[in-house]
Amino acid sequence: MSVPVQARAGRFNAVHVLVFAGALIALGALPFAVYPVFLMKAMCFAIFACAFNLLLGFSGLLSFGHAAFFGSASYLSAYALSAWGLSAELSILFATVSSAALGAVFGAIAIRRQGIYFAMITLALSQMIYFAALQADFTGGEDGIQGVTRNPVFGLIDITDNLSSYYFVAVIFVFAMFAVYRVVHSPFGQVLRAIRESESRAKSLGYHTDQYKLVVFVISAALSGLAGGTKALVVQVASLTDVTWQMSGEVVLMTLLGGMGTVFGPAVGAVLIVTLQNFLNSFGSLVTILIGAIFVVCVMLFRRGILGELQARFGRK
Amino acid sequence: MTTIFDMPIAILGLQILIGLQNGAFYALLSLGLAVIFGMMNVINFAHGAQYMLGAFLAYILLSWLGLGYWWALLLVPLLVGIFGLAVERLFLRHLYHLDHLYGLLLTFGLVLIVEGVMVDMFGASGLPYSKPDLLQGAERIPLSWVTGNERDIMMMPVYRLWVIAASIVVCLIVWFAIEKTRLGSYLRAATENPTLVRAFGINVPIMVMLTYGFGVALAGFAGVLAAGLQAVTPHMGSSLIIVVFAVVVIGGMGSIMGSILTGFVLGLIEAVVKIAYPEATNIVIFVIMICVLLVRPAGLFGREA
Repeated sequence: MSVPVQARAGRFNAVHVLVFAGALIALGALPFAVYPVFLMKAMCFAIFACAFNLLLGFSGLLSFGHAAFFGSASYLSAYALSAWGLSAELSILFATVSSAALGAVFGAIAIRRQGIYFAMITLALSQMIYFAALQADFTGGEDGIQGVTRNPVFGLIDITDNLSSYYFVAVIFVFAMFAVYRVVHSPFGQVLRAIRESESRAKSLGYHTDQYKLVVFVISAALSGLAGGTKALVVQVASLTDVTWQMSGEVVLMTLLGGMGTVFGPAVGAVLIVTLQNFLNSFGSLVTILIGAIFVVCVMLFRRGILGELQARFGRK
Repeated sequence: MTTIFDMPIAILGLQILIGLQNGAFYALLSLGLAVIFGMMNVINFAHGAQYMLGAFLAYILLSWLGLGYWWALLLVPLLVGIFGLAVERLFLRHLYHLDHLYGLLLTFGLVLIVEGVMVDMFGASGLPYSKPDLLQGAERIPLSWVTGNERDIMMMPVYRLWVIAASIVVCLIVWFAIEKTRLGSYLRAATENPTLVRAFGINVPIMVMLTYGFGVALAGFAGVLAAGLQAVTPHMGSSLIIVVFAVVVIGGMGSIMGSILTGFVLGLIEAVVKIAYPEATNIVIFVIMICVLLVRPAGLFGREA
């Protein structure tokens, strides 16, 4: 499913195509071996982490408020499905577009500062969304929106059972991964990396770095919204958990663990963390402690992440 | 009784007092953040967790060892400070040569661990802490000198007054120590150019370690103050610290006095908003942050790097 691909612009070589084909086949066969709802959840978080990594890994921007996009999209898609009875793909589209708009506003404010301030500002902005979700009428306060219906895709294709909704989510997943891959392997992605390495040098070369940062922020927010909107459809609940600062931290960890310099590393990190939470769910606060410990270990000893480490070992340049 | 905004002036006065008291916490915590950031360019995400740890240690000292509030006020900052020294020595020191974001990420991981351990040991619901007799009760303060009405009397809770006073005193001492003493001048010099200060024979790594410990001790001190006001819970620090981050962005971390003033003023503004438009209380500081960023991105007292 995940491929160690060195970020390189413009090339679309045969190995990549083969690995993609293999991943597609694996994706098609997996739900017969593993519980589909778990897989769908993992895919949503994989999209979320890869979208987040567009900022952290490829632009050098640490957003500590990405739960705002993930969580608000989850609420909006849940509301569109339940209250408006919108079809599945339109609800998710609505959530994605709203997240993009929110991303444009937050991005425009946050890119006025760099580095640590950028992180603090995004965190503070996302906390506003948290309070909005807590106080607004349509979000259901502490209860959230429960019993979200899985409305038919295009109003025609029934996805109420887990297997058919799995394939619907898999299509979204493949689309999102391809989008991330294209953004990274484009001239635009090259400029982003130039900004990451040295913003002042990119500026001196004539790039309007603020515009690039804003655009990648919006793309990242939109894909995070896609992930959140899909997640509401999968687990059939939208709740405050998805808008908390802990969620913003979790996506940072997924990215760090998987490898923030790599395209698909964050997806690996997301699958690992979701699996971990799934298995240790009954242990309550121990999960938090363990996740914190993984965080510390990653920062202290394992900064390249899993895929980054693999790349460094098996020396592809 | 005299009323403003349809509210008796006594209640209004109490809200303002609570605002100042919240401001006292904003000031203490953002001061600690600014001291740490100024010295080591690290944003201490664990500041809230260390504040929570301070409150818990006060509780533990009282219920396990029978040591009361005044002992806690003395011992807890020391203990939390020592915890900070250990964090610096074991973890942060090895990250200085990297991007400053790693310091933020590391301290975030520590928050999860510390909060998780506290939930595991004490549960997520609040624990009560009894404050000393001296600080119980309320003072009757006549307001007739403001309104000219003999019936305007206000009950000022003594503990809230104490929190404000203690915070102001501690903040001023810190300001004096950093801006006016010889030790403070070493500190400021090491912030500007650590290599040069080292060449003068000053042990900069030790100084950095002690600075972090000191900033963390301030958080512990604030935690003891908070223990007398609210139930002690593992999550009391994390929601507060996000607001303090916004306070820090508004003030800019360039000046010690700037952090202190911004803290108190924002506490006051929050109180006024709570009176005029209660629904917006939770977000008013974030909204102010956005406005400040649009007009003056470096913050009110900040310098653009």
